[in-house]
Amino acid sequence: MNRFQQLVRWTYPRWVILMGIILAIGVMTFPIPQITDPQTRYITLDARQFEFAPHRIHINKGDRVIINFTASDVVHGFYLDGYGIQARVEPGVTKQIEFSAERTGKFRYRCSVSCGSLHPFMIGELVVGPNEPFWRAIALVIIGLFTLLTYRFLTKGTSYEYPTLGASPA
Amino acid sequence: MIKSQRINVFQYVPFLRGVLRSRLFQPVLTISTLFFFTLAIVTGLFGTPVGNRNFGIVFVWIVWWGLLIILLVPFLGRLWCAACPIPVPGEWLQRRGIINRRKGRLSTLRWKFPKRLRNMWLQNFGFLGVAIFSAIILTRPEVSAWLLLGFSLIGIILSILYENRVFCRYVCPVGGFIGLYSLMSPVEVRVQDPQVCATHTPKDCIIGNEYAYGCPWMVFPGTLERNTYCGMCMECIKACPKNNVVINLRPVGSDLMVAKERRLDEAYKAFIMLACALLYSVVLLGPWGWLKQWANMDTLPHWLAYAGVFLLANLLLLPGLFTLTALLSQRLGRIQLPLRQLVTDYAYTLVPLGLTAWIAFSFSLVFTNGSYALGVLSDPFGWGWNLFGTTESTWMPFGSALIPFLQTGILTTGMLFAVNTAYKIAGQHTPNPRQALRGMLPVTGFIMSITFAFLWLYLG
Repeated sequence: MNRFQQLVRWTYPRWVILMGIILAIGVMTFPIPQITDPQTRYITLDARQFEFAPHRIHINKGDRVIINFTASDVVHGFYLDGYGIQARVEPGVTKQIEFSAERTGKFRYRCSVSCGSLHPFMIGELVVGPNEPFWRAIALVIIGLFTLLTYRFLTKGTSYEYPTLGASPA
Repeated sequence: MIKSQRINVFQYVPFLRGVLRSRLFQPVLTISTLFFFTLAIVTGLFGTPVGNRNFGIVFVWIVWWGLLIILLVPFLGRLWCAACPIPVPGEWLQRRGIINRRKGRLSTLRWKFPKRLRNMWLQNFGFLGVAIFSAIILTRPEVSAWLLLGFSLIGIILSILYENRVFCRYVCPVGGFIGLYSLMSPVEVRVQDPQVCATHTPKDCIIGNEYAYGCPWMVFPGTLERNTYCGMCMECIKACPKNNVVINLRPVGSDLMVAKERRLDEAYKAFIMLACALLYSVVLLGPWGWLKQWANMDTLPHWLAYAGVFLLANLLLLPGLFTLTALLSQRLGRIQLPLRQLVTDYAYTLVPLGLTAWIAFSFSLVFTNGSYALGVLSDPFGWGWNLFGTTESTWMPFGSALIPFLQTGILTTGMLFAVNTAYKIAGQHTPNPRQALRGMLPVTGFIMSITFAFLWLYLG
């Protein structure tokens, strides 16, 4: 076997990994077209110890969002991950928050004013569809898994070295 | 073969051996952490009851936790155990000293720790016992302080009764999972040549000598093959007259393949840790307020229901599903191994998955709440002090747009590592690679489902 054949033999199963990486990069960067027309969404969001109602909001990319933010018990806050929007509201007062949903994915809104023991865990979820990051992550997992299994299938004849002293097949 | 996959750090950083052989090494670490530990207890007991304004909560459950699970355990294994302040007062009492090696045996009542408890079960149940109160412990400074104080008192009592670090080895709920996840660490304390230890007498690393104590973790370095029970206190490096104990760098997760030391108690630790990571992600990071209230003990019946489901999921549901998976694997791969052994072996695939799940959970917890640390640094009691001028710093999540991507990356890495481990473990059970591949498929399905569940919770 000459050097070239040796190189081909060595690289052969590893091409699977390279293909997997290329496919993963493709999936992570492939542009997903907008399929819904932007709308204006009016949402009433109430904060109380230690939850938001509604606790999950679905909108679409490009939507104009107008949130009427209220508090039922004590002073609460609103901070939207990824968008950096902040607000503070006192009981009996309605605060209006407006923004355009330009980024897709799941973004947590949190209470930003210390409101009691579970304040750091007072969380709601805004899902801006299509939820690209989630579906890309799922695709990444499947591609990774498929690549690994294919690689293992192609190298199944390779003897496996037990890396630690004393370990042996049961 | 071992040497080809290990890099002896002392060869490249010779002064490190001198540092680790110094009797000051561990006391410098422990005295530093003991200062912060004491401050955490005092601020917890006497400071503000507002958790995110109290040093005891912010520095223990955000700063320390983040450092531990994101950096220390994955990269340095059990090194935290060498610095941990909890067993330190008890150890000092045993040794009747802090730095120098005092002559004579350890000062204890010399009771024998029961054989049936020399495993991880106490740590498993201890962790669950703490976990079902986690919503309260993580947010109430006083409760958190009493818990830390309680750990320390148990450590002292056990040090009076038994020799060495019985608390760390068999009781500490934190030590259990650090031990399990340190199997993944790329750092190990090992002997260079096991033959030297086999023939050398006396065994200074066990009984101690004028320079060092015998291994406080009751481990013989000469036959040590896994990180789980090595507390990295470096006493063996000090004690070895042959300079045979070294620090190695090694491939990540090497210990997972040590077949002969796999045990059901450790397997259960892997189940419990994975289930807890999943449940914490639901309860603490999820949007369901009623669930948080139940965990927060708004009423006793609610909390009892929550605790019941929590325990059921940890002790029966996840292990039960995994047992079914192993059964399927046994049939598909035609593996001639008792089911219990197969479940135990395959459970080690959940170690990389569990560790990365905890890291993903902690990214969210630590990056979001880390900015509280600045405020409590200046005002640890929440009494209005301004020691370093940072009291008025406002809460601001760090990298909130980046967190989902970090979580995706770390979870995918953990899943692939877990699946690859499943293949290797299946390969230990059958010499036929095709059977190994078939055998690992159900476990792969289980691992993938758990990964999808985490991704849905964080991104979906």
